Amino acid sequence: MTAERATDNPQVSEEGLQDSMDTLQDSMESRQHLLGSVAAQGVSKVFLPNSTSKVTALEDINLHISPGSFTTLIGPSGCGKSTLLRLVAGLIHPTQGVVQVNGKPADQARKDRDYGMAFQTASLFDWRTVRKNIELPLELMGWRRGARQQRAAEMLELVQLPEFADSYPSELSGGMQQRVAIARALAFKPTLLLMDEPFGALDEMTREHMQAELLHIWEETNTTIIFITHSIPEAVFLSTNVCVMTPRPGRISTQIEIDLGKRTDDTREREDFFASIVKVREALRSQEST
Amino acid sequence: MTSPDMNPADVSIMQTPGQQSPNGFKSAAAKAVSKAASPWLLPLIFGVGGLLIWEFGLWATNPERFLLPRPSEIISVLSEDDRGVDNTIFESIFEASRTTGFIILSSLVVGVILGVAAALITTRFRATNEVITPLAVAMNATPIVALAPIFNNWLGLTSPRSNQAVVVLIVFFPVFINTARGLNTVDPNQIELMQSLASKPWTIIRRVRIPSALPFFFTALKLVSSLCVVAAIVAEYFGGSQSSLGSKIITYAGFTQYDAAWAAVLAGSIIGIVLYALASVAERLAMPWAHRSWNSP
Ligand SMILES: Nc1ncnc2c1ncn2[C@@H]1O[C@H](COP(=O)(O)OP(=O)(O)O)[C@@H](O)[C@H]1O
Ligand SMILES: [Mg+2]
Repeated sequence: MTAERATDNPQVSEEGLQDSMDTLQDSMESRQHLLGSVAAQGVSKVFLPNSTSKVTALEDINLHISPGSFTTLIGPSGCGKSTLLRLVAGLIHPTQGVVQVNGKPADQARKDRDYGMAFQTASLFDWRTVRKNIELPLELMGWRRGARQQRAAEMLELVQLPEFADSYPSELSGGMQQRVAIARALAFKPTLLLMDEPFGALDEMTREHMQAELLHIWEETNTTIIFITHSIPEAVFLSTNVCVMTPRPGRISTQIEIDLGKRTDDTREREDFFASIVKVREALRSQEST
Repeated sequence: MTSPDMNPADVSIMQTPGQQSPNGFKSAAAKAVSKAASPWLLPLIFGVGGLLIWEFGLWATNPERFLLPRPSEIISVLSEDDRGVDNTIFESIFEASRTTGFIILSSLVVGVILGVAAALITTRFRATNEVITPLAVAMNATPIVALAPIFNNWLGLTSPRSNQAVVVLIVFFPVFINTARGLNTVDPNQIELMQSLASKPWTIIRRVRIPSALPFFFTALKLVSSLCVVAAIVAEYFGGSQSSLGSKIITYAGFTQYDAAWAAVLAGSIIGIVLYALASVAERLAMPWAHRSWNSP
Protein backbone atom coordinates (compact mmCIF):
# COMPACT_ATOMS: atom_id res chain seq x y z
CA MET A 1 0.00 0.00 0.00
CA THR A 2 2.55 2.52 1.18
CA ALA A 3 4.95 1.61 -1.57
CA GLU A 4 2.27 2.18 -4.16
CA ARG A 5 1.59 5.66 -2.96
CA ALA A 6 5.21 6.62 -2.46
CA THR A 7 6.49 5.55 -5.89
CA ASP A 8 3.57 7.27 -7.55
CA ASN A 9 3.44 7.11 -11.34
CA PRO A 10 6.88 6.24 -12.77
CA GLN A 11 6.11 7.79 -16.17
CA VAL A 12 5.73 11.42 -15.10
CA SER A 13 8.36 13.94 -16.21
CA GLU A 14 10.89 15.50 -13.86
CA GLU A 15 8.70 18.53 -13.49
CA GLY A 16 5.58 16.45 -13.04
CA LEU A 17 7.43 14.42 -10.47
CA GLN A 18 8.33 17.55 -8.57
CA ASP A 19 4.72 18.64 -8.73
CA SER A 20 3.37 15.35 -7.53
CA MET A 21 6.01 15.32 -4.78
CA ASP A 22 4.67 18.69 -3.71
CA THR A 23 1.07 17.53 -3.70
CA LEU A 24 2.14 14.44 -1.78
CA GLN A 25 3.90 16.72 0.67
CA ASP A 26 0.80 18.89 0.88
CA SER A 27 -1.55 16.03 1.40
CA MET A 28 0.73 14.60 4.06
CA GLU A 29 0.81 17.95 5.83
CA SER A 30 -2.93 18.38 5.58
CA ARG A 31 -3.29 14.87 6.95
CA GLN A 32 -0.85 15.46 9.77
CA HIS A 33 -3.45 17.23 11.86
CA LEU A 34 -5.96 14.48 11.02
CA LEU A 35 -3.73 11.73 12.47
CA GLY A 36 -5.71 10.09 15.22
CA SER A 37 -8.99 11.66 14.13
CA VAL A 38 -12.22 9.84 13.35
CA ALA A 39 -15.21 11.26 11.51
CA ALA A 40 -18.55 9.65 10.76
CA GLN A 41 -21.05 11.53 8.64
CA GLY A 42 -24.65 10.49 8.13
CA VAL A 43 -23.74 6.86 8.80
CA SER A 44 -26.38 4.17 8.97
CA LYS A 45 -25.99 0.41 8.99
CA VAL A 46 -28.68 -2.07 8.04
CA PHE A 47 -27.98 -5.79 8.47
CA LEU A 48 -29.72 -8.20 6.05
CA PRO A 49 -31.43 -5.33 4.18
CA ASN A 50 -33.27 -7.66 1.79
CA SER A 51 -34.66 -10.07 4.36
CA THR A 52 -37.69 -9.93 6.59
CA SER A 53 -35.43 -10.04 9.63
CA LYS A 54 -33.57 -6.89 8.60
CA VAL A 55 -31.99 -4.97 11.45
CA THR A 56 -31.35 -1.25 11.36
CA ALA A 57 -28.44 -1.26 13.77
CA LEU A 58 -27.39 2.37 13.34
CA GLU A 59 -29.13 5.42 11.92
CA ASP A 60 -27.73 8.82 11.01
CA ILE A 61 -24.60 8.72 13.14
CA ASN A 62 -22.55 11.89 13.15
CA LEU A 63 -19.40 11.75 15.17
CA HIS A 64 -16.20 13.78 15.24
CA ILE A 65 -13.36 12.58 17.35
CA SER A 66 -10.32 14.78 17.65
CA PRO A 67 -6.75 13.49 17.92
CA GLY A 68 -5.63 12.49 21.38
CA SER A 69 -9.14 12.38 22.85
CA PHE A 70 -10.64 9.55 24.85
CA THR A 71 -14.21 8.82 23.72
CA THR A 72 -16.50 6.26 25.31
CA LEU A 73 -19.62 4.85 23.70
CA ILE A 74 -22.23 3.92 26.27
CA GLY A 75 -25.75 2.58 25.81
CA PRO A 76 -27.97 -0.43 26.42
CA SER A 77 -26.90 -3.74 25.01
CA GLY A 78 -27.84 -4.21 21.35
CA CYS A 79 -27.86 -0.50 20.57
CA GLY A 80 -25.10 -0.82 18.00
CA LYS A 81 -21.94 0.11 19.90
CA SER A 82 -19.92 -2.80 18.54
CA THR A 83 -21.32 -2.16 15.08
CA LEU A 84 -20.15 1.44 15.21
CA LEU A 85 -16.71 0.37 16.35
CA ARG A 86 -16.45 -2.18 13.54
CA LEU A 87 -17.47 0.48 11.03
CA VAL A 88 -14.65 2.67 12.29
CA ALA A 89 -12.35 -0.35 12.02
CA GLY A 90 -13.34 -0.83 8.39
CA LEU A 91 -14.32 -4.43 9.16
CA ILE A 92 -17.86 -3.76 7.89
CA HIS A 93 -19.09 -1.06 5.55
CA PRO A 94 -21.82 1.50 6.18
CA THR A 95 -25.12 1.18 4.31
CA GLN A 96 -25.12 4.96 4.04
CA GLY A 97 -22.67 7.72 4.82
CA VAL A 98 -18.90 7.74 5.20
CA VAL A 99 -16.48 6.89 7.97
CA GLN A 100 -13.05 8.47 7.86
CA VAL A 101 -10.07 7.55 9.97
CA ASN A 102 -6.90 9.65 9.90
CA GLY A 103 -8.51 11.62 7.06
CA LYS A 104 -8.98 8.60 4.79
CA PRO A 105 -11.75 6.02 4.28
CA ALA A 106 -11.97 3.53 7.14
CA ASP A 107 -11.19 0.57 4.89
CA GLN A 108 -8.01 2.26 3.67
CA ALA A 109 -7.01 2.98 7.27
CA ARG A 110 -7.49 -0.71 8.04
CA LYS A 111 -5.30 -1.71 5.11
CA ASP A 112 -2.68 0.79 6.26
CA ARG A 113 -2.89 -0.64 9.79
CA ASP A 114 -3.67 2.71 11.35
CA TYR A 115 -5.32 1.42 14.50
CA GLY A 116 -5.05 -1.28 17.16
CA MET A 117 -7.95 -3.25 18.54
CA ALA A 118 -8.89 -5.00 21.81
CA PHE A 119 -12.02 -6.93 22.80
CA GLN A 120 -13.89 -8.07 25.89
CA THR A 121 -12.14 -11.42 25.68
CA ALA A 122 -8.39 -10.98 25.52
CA SER A 123 -8.39 -13.26 22.45
CA LEU A 124 -4.72 -14.05 22.79
CA PHE A 125 -3.31 -16.87 20.71
CA ASP A 126 -2.91 -19.85 23.06
CA TRP A 127 -0.08 -21.28 21.02
CA ARG A 128 2.08 -18.18 21.25
CA THR A 129 3.97 -17.02 24.30
CA VAL A 130 3.10 -13.60 25.69
CA ARG A 131 6.08 -12.09 23.88
CA LYS A 132 5.10 -13.74 20.59
CA ASN A 133 1.49 -12.54 20.97
CA ILE A 134 2.69 -8.97 21.25
CA GLU A 135 5.03 -9.47 18.30
CA LEU A 136 2.27 -10.77 16.03
CA PRO A 137 1.23 -7.42 14.47
CA LEU A 138 4.91 -6.61 13.95
CA GLU A 139 5.48 -9.96 12.23
CA LEU A 140 2.56 -9.24 9.91
CA MET A 141 4.11 -5.88 9.15
CA GLY A 142 7.41 -7.50 8.26
CA TRP A 143 9.52 -6.14 11.12
CA ARG A 144 12.94 -7.70 11.66
CA ARG A 145 13.34 -10.04 14.59
CA GLY A 146 15.59 -7.81 16.67
CA ALA A 147 13.28 -4.82 16.31
CA ARG A 148 10.28 -6.99 17.19
CA GLN A 149 11.88 -8.30 20.33
CA GLN A 150 12.91 -4.86 21.45
CA ARG A 151 9.43 -3.44 20.96
CA ALA A 152 7.79 -6.41 22.69
CA ALA A 153 10.07 -5.85 25.68
CA GLU A 154 9.10 -2.15 25.74
CA MET A 155 5.40 -2.97 25.61
CA LEU A 156 5.76 -5.52 28.40
CA GLU A 157 7.35 -2.78 30.53
CA LEU A 158 4.45 -0.49 29.67
CA VAL A 159 1.84 -2.98 30.89
CA GLN A 160 4.11 -4.08 33.76
CA LEU A 161 4.44 -7.72 32.84
CA PRO A 162 8.10 -8.10 31.80
CA GLU A 163 8.58 -11.30 33.82
CA PHE A 164 5.83 -13.08 31.88
CA ALA A 165 7.40 -12.71 28.44
CA ASP A 166 7.90 -16.43 27.95
CA SER A 167 4.71 -17.65 29.61
CA TYR A 168 1.79 -18.94 27.63
CA PRO A 169 -1.53 -17.02 27.94
CA SER A 170 -3.14 -19.91 29.83
CA GLU A 171 -0.67 -19.31 32.65
CA LEU A 172 -1.88 -15.72 33.18
CA SER A 173 -4.85 -14.33 35.09
CA GLY A 174 -7.72 -12.62 33.24
CA GLY A 175 -6.46 -9.15 34.05
CA MET A 176 -2.93 -9.98 32.94
CA GLN A 177 -4.25 -11.44 29.68
CA GLN A 178 -6.18 -8.25 29.03
CA ARG A 179 -3.02 -6.22 29.62
CA VAL A 180 -1.18 -8.37 27.08
CA ALA A 181 -4.03 -7.79 24.62
CA ILE A 182 -3.65 -4.03 25.10
CA ALA A 183 0.12 -4.33 24.66
CA ARG A 184 -0.50 -6.24 21.42
CA ALA A 185 -2.93 -3.57 20.19
CA LEU A 186 -0.37 -0.84 20.93
CA ALA A 187 2.74 -2.70 19.78
CA PHE A 188 3.09 -0.87 16.49
CA LYS A 189 2.19 2.48 18.06
CA PRO A 190 -1.02 3.09 16.14
CA THR A 191 -2.55 6.57 16.30
CA LEU A 192 -5.92 5.07 17.24
CA LEU A 193 -6.98 2.38 19.70
CA LEU A 194 -10.42 0.73 19.46
CA MET A 195 -11.62 -1.13 22.56
CA ASP A 196 -14.86 -3.10 22.81
CA GLU A 197 -15.73 -3.58 26.50
CA PRO A 198 -12.17 -4.62 27.27
CA PHE A 199 -12.67 -4.65 31.05
CA GLY A 200 -16.18 -6.12 30.99
CA ALA A 201 -15.10 -9.52 32.25
CA LEU A 202 -12.87 -8.30 35.07
CA ASP A 203 -13.68 -8.02 38.76
CA GLU A 204 -14.16 -4.54 40.23
CA MET A 205 -10.70 -4.26 41.83
CA THR A 206 -8.81 -5.39 38.74
CA ARG A 207 -11.03 -3.17 36.67
CA GLU A 208 -10.16 0.01 38.56
CA HIS A 209 -6.51 -0.90 38.42
CA MET A 210 -6.74 -1.46 34.66
CA GLN A 211 -8.55 1.84 34.18
CA ALA A 212 -5.75 3.71 35.89
CA GLU A 213 -3.21 1.81 33.83
CA LEU A 214 -5.01 2.54 30.58
CA LEU A 215 -5.09 6.27 31.37
CA HIS A 216 -1.39 6.11 32.14
CA ILE A 217 -0.75 4.47 28.75
CA TRP A 218 -3.02 6.97 27.04
CA GLU A 219 -1.08 9.90 28.50
CA GLU A 220 2.24 8.34 27.66
CA THR A 221 1.42 7.37 24.06
CA ASN A 222 -0.88 10.20 23.03
CA THR A 223 -3.16 7.70 21.28
CA THR A 224 -6.76 8.49 20.38
CA ILE A 225 -8.99 5.95 22.14
CA ILE A 226 -12.56 4.86 21.40
CA PHE A 227 -13.82 2.73 24.25
CA ILE A 228 -17.11 0.84 24.66
CA THR A 229 -18.49 0.22 28.13
CA HIS A 230 -21.66 -0.59 30.05
CA SER A 231 -20.46 1.11 33.18
CA ILE A 232 -21.28 4.78 33.76
CA PRO A 233 -18.52 5.36 36.36
CA GLU A 234 -16.02 3.74 34.03
CA ALA A 235 -17.07 6.00 31.15
CA VAL A 236 -16.81 9.11 33.34
CA PHE A 237 -13.52 8.15 34.93
CA LEU A 238 -11.81 7.40 31.63
CA SER A 239 -13.04 9.74 29.01
CA THR A 240 -12.87 13.25 27.72
CA ASN A 241 -16.07 12.59 25.75
CA VAL A 242 -19.04 10.32 26.49
CA CYS A 243 -21.39 9.45 23.62
CA VAL A 244 -24.73 8.20 24.90
CA MET A 245 -26.49 5.91 22.43
CA THR A 246 -30.16 4.97 22.03
CA PRO A 247 -31.35 1.57 20.83
CA ARG A 248 -33.37 0.51 17.78
CA PRO A 249 -32.27 2.14 15.65
CA GLY A 250 -28.96 3.08 17.27
CA ARG A 251 -28.26 6.79 17.42
CA ILE A 252 -26.01 9.05 19.40
CA SER A 253 -28.49 10.96 21.53
CA THR A 254 -26.15 13.05 23.63
CA GLN A 255 -22.47 13.87 23.74
CA ILE A 256 -21.15 14.88 27.12
CA GLU A 257 -17.76 16.43 27.67
CA ILE A 258 -16.06 15.42 30.87
CA ASP A 259 -13.53 17.78 32.35
CA LEU A 260 -12.09 16.29 35.49
CA GLY A 261 -8.43 17.06 34.77
CA LYS A 262 -5.80 14.47 35.61
CA ARG A 263 -7.38 11.39 37.12
CA THR A 264 -6.13 9.94 40.37
CA ASP A 265 -7.65 7.51 42.85
CA ASP A 266 -9.20 10.51 44.63
CA THR A 267 -11.06 11.49 41.46
CA ARG A 268 -13.50 8.68 42.12
CA GLU A 269 -14.59 10.35 45.33
CA ARG A 270 -14.84 13.89 44.05
CA GLU A 271 -18.01 15.97 43.83
CA ASP A 272 -17.64 16.76 40.12
CA PHE A 273 -17.04 13.05 39.37
CA PHE A 274 -20.45 12.24 40.83
CA ALA A 275 -22.00 15.21 39.07
CA SER A 276 -20.77 13.85 35.74
CA ILE A 277 -22.09 10.41 36.56
CA VAL A 278 -25.50 11.91 37.23
CA LYS A 279 -25.37 13.75 33.91
CA VAL A 280 -24.63 10.57 31.97
CA ARG A 281 -27.22 8.60 33.88
CA GLU A 282 -29.89 11.20 33.15
CA ALA A 283 -28.97 11.18 29.48
CA LEU A 284 -29.41 7.39 29.45
CA ARG A 285 -32.68 7.62 31.40
CA SER A 286 -34.27 10.35 29.30
CA GLN A 287 -34.05 8.23 26.15
CA GLU A 288 -35.74 5.32 27.93
CA SER A 289 -38.88 7.32 28.65
CA THR A 290 -39.22 8.59 25.08
CA MET B 1 -1.43 -39.90 38.14
CA THR B 2 2.27 -39.77 38.96
CA SER B 3 3.71 -36.37 39.61
CA PRO B 4 6.07 -35.13 36.89
CA ASP B 5 8.94 -34.90 39.36
CA MET B 6 8.72 -38.58 40.15
CA ASN B 7 8.39 -39.68 36.57
CA PRO B 8 10.96 -42.47 36.08
CA ALA B 9 11.43 -41.56 32.43
CA ASP B 10 12.42 -38.04 33.44
CA VAL B 11 14.76 -39.23 36.12
CA SER B 12 16.60 -41.53 33.75
CA ILE B 13 17.21 -38.61 31.42
CA MET B 14 18.34 -36.28 34.13
CA GLN B 15 20.64 -38.70 35.93
CA THR B 16 22.60 -39.88 32.91
CA PRO B 17 25.02 -37.06 32.13
CA GLY B 18 25.92 -38.53 28.75
CA GLN B 19 22.35 -38.08 27.61
CA GLN B 20 22.22 -34.36 28.33
CA SER B 21 21.96 -32.90 24.89
CA PRO B 22 23.77 -29.62 24.30
CA ASN B 23 21.18 -28.83 21.65
CA GLY B 24 18.18 -27.07 23.20
CA PHE B 25 15.69 -28.48 20.72
CA LYS B 26 16.80 -32.06 21.19
CA SER B 27 16.57 -31.92 24.95
CA ALA B 28 13.14 -30.32 24.62
CA ALA B 29 12.15 -33.14 22.30
CA ALA B 30 13.52 -35.72 24.73
CA LYS B 31 11.51 -34.08 27.49
CA ALA B 32 8.36 -34.16 25.40
CA VAL B 33 8.97 -37.82 24.62
CA SER B 34 9.39 -38.65 28.29
CA LYS B 35 6.26 -36.63 29.09
CA ALA B 36 4.43 -38.62 26.48
CA ALA B 37 5.73 -41.85 28.00
CA SER B 38 4.41 -41.17 31.50
CA PRO B 39 0.71 -41.64 30.65
CA TRP B 40 1.72 -45.05 29.30
CA LEU B 41 3.08 -46.24 32.62
CA LEU B 42 -0.28 -47.11 34.14
CA PRO B 43 -1.64 -48.93 31.05
CA LEU B 44 1.66 -50.84 30.91
CA ILE B 45 1.26 -52.03 34.50
CA PHE B 46 -2.34 -53.05 33.80
CA GLY B 47 -1.30 -54.75 30.56
CA VAL B 48 1.35 -56.85 32.29
CA GLY B 49 -1.08 -57.62 35.12
CA GLY B 50 -3.72 -58.64 32.59
CA LEU B 51 -1.29 -60.99 30.83
CA LEU B 52 -0.39 -62.63 34.16
CA ILE B 53 -4.08 -63.15 35.03
CA TRP B 54 -4.66 -64.53 31.52
CA GLU B 55 -1.72 -66.94 31.86
CA PHE B 56 -2.42 -68.23 35.36
CA GLY B 57 -6.20 -68.06 35.13
CA LEU B 58 -6.14 -70.45 32.15
CA TRP B 59 -3.42 -72.56 33.78
CA ALA B 60 -5.64 -73.02 36.84
CA THR B 61 -8.94 -73.67 35.03
CA ASN B 62 -7.28 -75.58 32.16
CA PRO B 63 -9.83 -75.25 29.30
CA GLU B 64 -9.27 -76.66 25.80
CA ARG B 65 -6.30 -75.05 24.12
CA PHE B 66 -8.21 -74.13 20.94
CA LEU B 67 -10.74 -72.02 22.86
CA LEU B 68 -8.11 -69.67 24.22
CA PRO B 69 -4.38 -70.37 24.34
CA ARG B 70 -2.24 -69.08 27.21
CA PRO B 71 0.23 -66.24 26.48
CA SER B 72 3.11 -68.65 27.03
CA GLU B 73 1.65 -71.00 24.43
CA ILE B 74 1.30 -68.12 21.98
CA ILE B 75 4.95 -67.27 22.53
CA SER B 76 6.17 -70.83 22.21
CA VAL B 77 4.29 -71.39 18.94
CA LEU B 78 6.37 -68.60 17.38
CA SER B 79 9.42 -70.86 17.09
CA GLU B 80 7.49 -73.70 15.42
CA ASP B 81 7.73 -74.32 11.68
CA ASP B 82 5.10 -72.62 9.58
CA ARG B 83 3.16 -75.21 7.57
CA GLY B 84 3.87 -75.13 3.83
CA VAL B 85 6.52 -72.39 3.95
CA ASP B 86 10.19 -72.57 4.74
CA ASN B 87 9.86 -70.32 7.80
CA THR B 88 9.18 -70.35 11.48
CA ILE B 89 5.79 -68.93 12.47
CA PHE B 90 7.61 -65.96 13.98
CA GLU B 91 9.27 -65.21 10.65
CA SER B 92 5.96 -65.55 8.81
CA ILE B 93 4.15 -63.24 11.21
CA PHE B 94 7.01 -60.77 11.16
CA GLU B 95 6.93 -60.72 7.36
CA ALA B 96 3.12 -60.37 7.39
CA SER B 97 3.37 -57.49 9.89
CA ARG B 98 5.74 -55.71 7.54
CA THR B 99 3.33 -56.11 4.63
CA THR B 100 0.30 -55.03 6.65
CA GLY B 101 2.28 -52.32 8.44
CA PHE B 102 3.27 -50.83 5.11
CA ILE B 103 -0.32 -50.90 3.87
CA ILE B 104 -1.48 -49.21 7.06
CA LEU B 105 1.22 -46.58 7.16
CA SER B 106 1.02 -45.62 3.48
CA SER B 107 -2.79 -45.43 3.59
CA LEU B 108 -2.70 -43.49 6.84
CA VAL B 109 -0.42 -40.91 5.27
CA VAL B 110 -2.54 -40.62 2.12
CA GLY B 111 -5.84 -40.57 4.03
CA VAL B 112 -4.59 -37.91 6.46
CA ILE B 113 -3.24 -35.74 3.65
CA LEU B 114 -6.51 -36.01 1.71
CA GLY B 115 -8.60 -35.33 4.83
CA VAL B 116 -6.58 -32.27 5.83
CA ALA B 117 -6.54 -30.96 2.26
CA ALA B 118 -10.32 -31.33 1.96
CA ALA B 119 -10.75 -29.55 5.30
CA LEU B 120 -8.51 -26.67 4.20
CA ILE B 121 -10.27 -26.31 0.86
CA THR B 122 -13.78 -26.31 2.33
CA THR B 123 -12.64 -23.75 4.90
CA ARG B 124 -10.98 -21.43 2.44
CA PHE B 125 -13.55 -21.73 -0.35
CA ARG B 126 -16.95 -21.93 1.30
CA ALA B 127 -18.71 -22.90 -1.94
CA THR B 128 -16.81 -26.20 -2.10
CA ASN B 129 -18.30 -27.12 1.26
CA GLU B 130 -21.64 -27.86 -0.39
CA VAL B 131 -20.01 -30.39 -2.71
CA ILE B 132 -17.37 -32.04 -0.55
CA THR B 133 -19.20 -32.40 2.76
CA PRO B 134 -22.30 -34.28 1.49
CA LEU B 135 -19.98 -36.48 -0.56
CA ALA B 136 -17.88 -37.25 2.49
CA VAL B 137 -20.96 -37.92 4.62
CA ALA B 138 -22.36 -40.29 1.99
CA MET B 139 -19.00 -42.01 1.82
CA ASN B 140 -18.90 -42.39 5.58
CA ALA B 141 -22.41 -43.84 5.65
CA THR B 142 -21.26 -46.54 3.23
CA PRO B 143 -19.97 -49.66 5.02
CA ILE B 144 -16.51 -49.20 3.58
CA VAL B 145 -15.05 -52.51 4.75
CA ALA B 146 -17.90 -54.23 2.94
CA LEU B 147 -16.55 -52.70 -0.26
CA ALA B 148 -13.32 -54.69 0.06
CA PRO B 149 -14.42 -57.51 -2.31
CA ILE B 150 -15.50 -54.90 -4.87
CA PHE B 151 -12.17 -53.10 -4.63
CA ASN B 152 -10.48 -56.47 -5.14
CA ASN B 153 -12.41 -56.78 -8.35
CA TRP B 154 -11.35 -53.30 -9.46
CA LEU B 155 -7.75 -53.26 -8.33
CA GLY B 156 -6.71 -56.94 -8.46
CA LEU B 157 -7.38 -59.76 -6.02
CA THR B 158 -3.79 -60.12 -4.85
CA SER B 159 -2.85 -56.45 -5.07
CA PRO B 160 -2.36 -54.50 -1.83
CA ARG B 161 -3.96 -51.51 -3.63
CA SER B 162 -7.47 -52.66 -2.77
CA ASN B 163 -6.53 -52.96 0.92
CA GLN B 164 -4.99 -49.53 0.79
CA ALA B 165 -8.14 -48.10 -0.80
CA VAL B 166 -10.24 -49.40 2.10
CA VAL B 167 -7.91 -47.94 4.73
CA VAL B 168 -7.61 -44.58 2.95
CA LEU B 169 -11.40 -44.25 2.87
CA ILE B 170 -11.69 -45.23 6.54
CA VAL B 171 -9.02 -42.70 7.56
CA PHE B 172 -10.24 -39.85 5.39
CA PHE B 173 -13.59 -39.10 7.01
CA PRO B 174 -12.73 -38.64 10.70
CA VAL B 175 -9.68 -36.56 9.75
CA PHE B 176 -11.67 -34.40 7.34
CA ILE B 177 -14.63 -33.77 9.67
CA ASN B 178 -12.56 -33.11 12.79
CA THR B 179 -10.01 -30.91 11.07
CA ALA B 180 -12.73 -28.93 9.29
CA ARG B 181 -14.49 -28.40 12.57
CA GLY B 182 -11.24 -27.31 14.21
CA LEU B 183 -10.50 -24.87 11.40
CA ASN B 184 -13.92 -23.31 11.92
CA THR B 185 -14.00 -23.34 15.72
CA VAL B 186 -12.04 -20.15 16.06
CA ASP B 187 -12.61 -17.20 18.37
CA PRO B 188 -14.33 -14.70 16.01
CA ASN B 189 -12.45 -11.90 17.72
CA GLN B 190 -9.17 -13.49 16.66
CA ILE B 191 -10.35 -13.43 13.06
CA GLU B 192 -11.43 -9.78 13.36
CA LEU B 193 -8.11 -8.95 14.96
CA MET B 194 -6.29 -10.47 12.00
CA GLN B 195 -8.56 -8.62 9.56
CA SER B 196 -7.95 -5.40 11.44
CA LEU B 197 -4.27 -6.00 10.67
CA ALA B 198 -5.11 -6.35 6.97
CA SER B 199 -4.36 -10.10 6.84
CA LYS B 200 -5.29 -12.12 3.75
CA PRO B 201 -7.49 -15.26 4.12
CA TRP B 202 -4.55 -17.65 3.74
CA THR B 203 -2.57 -15.75 6.35
CA ILE B 204 -5.50 -16.17 8.73
CA ILE B 205 -5.70 -19.87 7.95
CA ARG B 206 -1.99 -20.36 8.52
CA ARG B 207 -1.62 -18.26 11.64
CA VAL B 208 -4.97 -18.73 13.39
CA ARG B 209 -7.10 -21.50 11.96
CA ILE B 210 -4.43 -24.20 11.66
CA PRO B 211 -3.05 -23.79 15.19
CA SER B 212 -6.64 -23.72 16.54
CA ALA B 213 -7.40 -26.92 14.64
CA LEU B 214 -4.41 -28.90 15.96
CA PRO B 215 -6.20 -30.39 19.02
CA PHE B 216 -9.08 -31.51 16.78
CA PHE B 217 -6.69 -32.93 14.21
CA PHE B 218 -4.75 -34.95 16.76
CA THR B 219 -7.95 -36.32 18.29
CA ALA B 220 -8.82 -37.64 14.83
CA LEU B 221 -5.29 -38.92 14.24
CA LYS B 222 -5.32 -40.95 17.47
CA LEU B 223 -8.74 -42.30 16.57
CA VAL B 224 -7.76 -43.43 13.07
CA SER B 225 -4.42 -44.83 14.24
CA SER B 226 -6.39 -47.72 15.80
CA LEU B 227 -9.22 -47.77 13.28
CA CYS B 228 -6.88 -48.24 10.33
CA VAL B 229 -5.43 -51.47 11.79
CA VAL B 230 -8.89 -53.01 12.02
CA ALA B 231 -9.73 -51.81 8.51
CA ALA B 232 -6.54 -53.19 6.99
CA ILE B 233 -6.82 -56.65 8.58
CA VAL B 234 -10.50 -57.06 7.72
CA ALA B 235 -9.79 -55.93 4.15
CA GLU B 236 -7.03 -58.53 3.99
CA TYR B 237 -9.53 -61.27 4.86
CA PHE B 238 -11.04 -60.69 1.42
CA GLY B 239 -7.89 -60.48 -0.67
CA GLY B 240 -4.57 -58.80 -1.19
CA SER B 241 -1.11 -60.18 -0.50
CA GLN B 242 -0.84 -63.81 0.68
CA SER B 243 1.68 -62.68 3.26
CA SER B 244 -0.44 -60.24 5.25
CA LEU B 245 -1.71 -60.43 8.82
CA GLY B 246 -5.32 -60.79 7.66
CA SER B 247 -4.49 -63.61 5.28
CA LYS B 248 -2.30 -65.32 7.92
CA ILE B 249 -5.08 -65.19 10.53
CA ILE B 250 -7.50 -66.79 8.04
CA THR B 251 -4.98 -69.50 7.13
CA TYR B 252 -3.98 -70.38 10.72
CA ALA B 253 -7.60 -70.43 11.86
CA GLY B 254 -8.44 -72.62 8.87
CA PHE B 255 -5.82 -75.16 9.97
CA THR B 256 -6.99 -74.90 13.62
CA GLN B 257 -3.63 -73.35 14.61
CA TYR B 258 -5.39 -71.03 17.01
CA ASP B 259 -2.31 -70.06 18.98
CA ALA B 260 -0.61 -68.95 15.74
CA ALA B 261 -3.77 -67.02 14.74
CA TRP B 262 -3.69 -65.34 18.14
CA ALA B 263 -0.04 -64.44 17.65
CA ALA B 264 -0.95 -62.73 14.36
CA VAL B 265 -3.83 -60.84 16.03
CA LEU B 266 -1.45 -59.64 18.75
CA ALA B 267 1.00 -58.49 16.08
CA GLY B 268 -1.85 -56.33 14.72
CA SER B 269 -2.53 -54.84 18.12
CA ILE B 270 1.16 -54.06 18.58
CA ILE B 271 1.06 -52.10 15.31
CA GLY B 272 -2.01 -50.24 16.57
CA ILE B 273 -0.40 -49.41 19.91
CA VAL B 274 2.80 -48.18 18.27
CA LEU B 275 0.83 -45.94 15.89
CA TYR B 276 -1.23 -44.53 18.76
CA ALA B 277 1.92 -43.85 20.75
CA LEU B 278 3.53 -42.10 17.79
CA ALA B 279 0.40 -39.96 17.31
CA SER B 280 0.47 -39.00 21.00
CA VAL B 281 4.13 -38.04 20.90
CA ALA B 282 3.55 -36.01 17.72
CA GLU B 283 0.67 -34.25 19.45
CA ARG B 284 2.85 -33.21 22.37
CA LEU B 285 5.65 -32.04 20.13
CA ALA B 286 3.26 -30.05 17.93
CA MET B 287 1.39 -28.38 20.79
CA PRO B 288 3.88 -27.61 23.58
CA TRP B 289 1.54 -24.90 24.93
CA ALA B 290 -1.18 -27.45 25.71
CA HIS B 291 1.11 -29.42 28.02
CA ARG B 292 2.98 -26.55 29.58
CA SER B 293 1.27 -26.95 32.95
CA TRP B 294 3.15 -30.24 33.36
CA ASN B 295 6.50 -28.56 33.75
CA SER B 296 5.67 -25.49 35.76
CA PRO B 297 7.68 -22.51 34.51
N1 LIG C 1 -23.59 -9.45 11.55
C1 LIG C 1 -24.83 -9.13 11.96
N2 LIG C 1 -25.92 -9.57 11.28
C2 LIG C 1 -27.17 -9.24 11.68
N3 LIG C 1 -27.44 -8.46 12.74
C3 LIG C 1 -26.42 -7.99 13.45
C4 LIG C 1 -25.04 -8.30 13.10
N4 LIG C 1 -24.23 -7.69 14.00
C5 LIG C 1 -25.04 -7.04 14.86
N5 LIG C 1 -26.35 -7.20 14.55
C6 LIG C 1 -27.51 -6.60 15.24
O1 LIG C 1 -27.29 -5.22 15.34
C7 LIG C 1 -27.69 -4.73 16.60
C8 LIG C 1 -26.55 -4.03 17.28
O2 LIG C 1 -25.59 -4.99 17.67
P1 LIG C 1 -24.23 -4.59 18.40
O3 LIG C 1 -23.55 -3.54 17.65
O4 LIG C 1 -23.46 -5.84 18.65
O5 LIG C 1 -24.76 -4.01 19.79
P2 LIG C 1 -23.98 -3.64 21.12
O6 LIG C 1 -22.53 -3.83 20.87
O7 LIG C 1 -24.34 -2.24 21.42
O8 LIG C 1 -24.48 -4.56 22.19
C9 LIG C 1 -28.23 -5.93 17.37
O9 LIG C 1 -29.64 -5.92 17.27
C10 LIG C 1 -27.64 -7.10 16.66
O10 LIG C 1 -28.50 -8.20 16.74
MG1 LIG D 1 -21.13 -5.22 21.77
